Amino acid sequence: MSLALAAPAPVEPFALRIGHAYAAPAALLLALIYIVPVSVLIWLSLTDYTLGAVDIRFLGLDNFSRALADPVFRRSITNTFAYVAIVLPGGVLLGLGAALLVHRRIRSRSLWEVIYFLPVTSTLIAMATVWQFLLHPRLGPVREITLALGLGEVAFLSDPALVLPTLAAIGIWQLVGFNMILFLAGLSAIPRDLYEAAALDGASGGIDRFFRVTWPQLGPTTMFVTVTTSITAFKVFDTVRVLTEGGPAGASEVLLYVIYLEGFQYFRIGYAAALTLIFLAFILAFSILQAAALDRRIHY
Amino acid sequence: MAAIGLERICKSFGGTRVLRDVTLAIRDGEFLTLVGPSGCGKSTLLRIIAGLERQDSGSVTIGQRRVDGVRPSERGVAMVFQSYALYPHLTVARNIATPLEMQRLTLLERLPLLRLLSPRRRRIMRGIMAEVEAVAAALQLEGLLGRKPAELSGGQRQRVALGRAMVRRPDAFLMDEPLSNLDAKLRVHMRGELADLHRRLGATFVYVTHDQTEAMTMSDRVALMLEGRIEQLGTPAELYDAPRTLAVASFIGSPPIACIPVRLEHEALVAAGTRLALRAIPDAAILGLRAEAVTPVRHGTPGALPARLSRAENLGAEWLLYATLEGPAPTPVVCRLTAAAHDAARDAGLLGERLWLLPDPARALLFDAEGRRLVAAPLRTRIGAMA
Repeated sequence: MSLALAAPAPVEPFALRIGHAYAAPAALLLALIYIVPVSVLIWLSLTDYTLGAVDIRFLGLDNFSRALADPVFRRSITNTFAYVAIVLPGGVLLGLGAALLVHRRIRSRSLWEVIYFLPVTSTLIAMATVWQFLLHPRLGPVREITLALGLGEVAFLSDPALVLPTLAAIGIWQLVGFNMILFLAGLSAIPRDLYEAAALDGASGGIDRFFRVTWPQLGPTTMFVTVTTSITAFKVFDTVRVLTEGGPAGASEVLLYVIYLEGFQYFRIGYAAALTLIFLAFILAFSILQAAALDRRIHY
Repeated sequence: MAAIGLERICKSFGGTRVLRDVTLAIRDGEFLTLVGPSGCGKSTLLRIIAGLERQDSGSVTIGQRRVDGVRPSERGVAMVFQSYALYPHLTVARNIATPLEMQRLTLLERLPLLRLLSPRRRRIMRGIMAEVEAVAAALQLEGLLGRKPAELSGGQRQRVALGRAMVRRPDAFLMDEPLSNLDAKLRVHMRGELADLHRRLGATFVYVTHDQTEAMTMSDRVALMLEGRIEQLGTPAELYDAPRTLAVASFIGSPPIACIPVRLEHEALVAAGTRLALRAIPDAAILGLRAEAVTPVRHGTPGALPARLSRAENLGAEWLLYATLEGPAPTPVVCRLTAAAHDAARDAGLLGERLWLLPDPARALLFDAEGRRLVAAPLRTRIGAMA
C-alpha cells in the first residue's frame, strides 16, 4: 500500500497497447501522407539525384546555396510575389464586394451565387485556352475593346510588362466566386441584433454599418480567405504552363513552374527537391505571419 | 422625458396578424411593462416604437412628435436587447461611447485610419470619454472600461448595454427581455437595480417580458397582451385583484389560479355538488380561486369543497398545499397558508389526506362562459331591477 503511494502507478501494459491501437490509424495516415514524403524530399534535396541515375552523391546544402545564387530561381520568386501582390487584394476585396452585393438579394441570390461560382468549378486548363483566344492580339474579342478605347492592339500575354498582371487577372477571376461563398457564410452568421443596435446608436448609413458591424464581425472569415487566397496564388502553375510557359523571356516564370521544369523536364530531382523545400518554407511563413497578425484582432 | 402614444397599430408578417389595432398611451416617466406569452406581439410592438419595424397602419408619437418614418436613432429612444448586442471587437468604453461618437463625429472622423488625420476628433473623444466614465461610475463599471465584452460576466454585459443606452440621455428606454439571459439569482438582483435606475433617471421605461414576476415587481402599469391585443392595462394590483378576463387571471399569479366549473341552481352557486356560500351572479360558469382565496376548514362547514391533498411545499414563511377537488371533473386547487396558519390547521387535524377547502367570498372571482369576469351589481340597482 505504502509502496504504491510512493511511486506513480505504472501504466498497465494492456491499457498501453489499447491506447497505441487507437492512435495507430491516425499516426499511420499522418506518416504516409506527410512525414514519409517530406522526409524523402529532405533527403533528396541533399543529393544530386537525377531521374534514372544509378549512383547518388550526397551534396549537403550545395543545392540550396546553388538555388540562392540561381538567377532563374531568384527571378521566379520575384515574379511569384508580384503575382500574389495583385491576386491577394484583388481576390479578397472583389470576393467581399460580390458577397455584400449578393447577400442583399433575396430571390435572385442563388442565381448570382451560381454565376460567380462557375469559374471555380471549371477546369482552369480548359478555361486558360478560352482566355488565350479572348486575349489574342489579332483574333480575340478583347481586341475590339482595346481598339475602341484607343489603346491599339495589346499583346496581353507576350508583353513582358503585361503578362503577370494578365495572369493575375485570370487568377482573380477564378478565385472570386470561392471567396464570395466564404464571405457569404460569414455574413449570414452576423447576428441581426448587432445591426439593430447600430441603427439605434445612429450607425444606420452603409459605411457606418460596414465599419461598426460587418467588417469586424467578418474578421475570422477574412483571415481564412486571406490565407487560402495567398496560398492558392503562391501555387500558381496551370495558367503559366498553358498560356506562357514562363515567357516572354522569363517574365512569367513563377516558383512552381521552375520547380516543374527542374524536376520533370530536366530530371534534376535533387535540385527540384531543394526548391520545393524553399517553396514549402514560404507557404509556412505566410500562414504563420497572417495567423499571428490577424489573430490579435479577431479574438473577442 | 416623453410620453409615448400608440394609435391603432396593426402589423402582419406574411399572413399572420401579429398586432391587431393596438392603442396604448404610455405616460411620461412611467415604467410600463408589456407582458404576455411568446407570440403575443409584445416584442413587435416594442420594435415598432423603436423604429426597427414598420407598422402596417396606425401611428406612433414620442413626446409631441409623430415618429412614423423617423429613423430609430432620431426617435430619442434607447434600447436594451435580450442578447445585449454589444460590439464584440470594441472595449466597454468604446461600446458605451458609440452613440455619442455617431452624434458628434463627422463621417470622416469615424472612418478607420482616416480618423487619425483629424485633430478635432481627439478633442471630441476626450469629452465623450468623460461622459462615458460618468455613466460607467453610475453602473459600477469603472474598472472594466478597457475590457472586451467576451471578458465580462452576463451581469456586467447587461450593465454595459444599459450604459450604452443611458449615455445618450434618451427620453425613453425600451427593454426587450433584458434579464432573461441571466441566472435566477442575478435576475432578482437586476430587477431591483432596474427599478432603482428608473427612479433615478425619471425617464419613461417600456419593458417587454414574458415573466409575470418581473412585470408585477417593477412596473407602474402593466399591459397584458394576448394574440396581438392588449387584454388589460392597469397597475399590477388591478391585474391581480380585478382581472377583466379569465385569460388575464390565469396568466397573472403564481401558482396559477384554480378554475372550477360552477352552475346556478335555485339562486345558489353549485360546484361539484356542493352549494357554495358565495353570492350568486347570473351567467356564472367558472369560479376562479387564487391560492390565498381558500382555507382548510373542518368537515361539515357549509360551502366547503372536498379535496384530496396531493403534496405540500414548505417555502419557509409559507406553505403551498396542492390538492385536487373531488367530483365528476377533478380540478387542481392550490392553497397558500402562512407558516403559523399551516401549523394551526395541522394541529387542528384539518390537513389529512382528505381536506375541505372554503372559498373566501371577498376574493373569489366569477367568470361567464366566455371568460369575462362578472361583478356583482351594486345592491341598489338589484333592488331596482326586482321592483
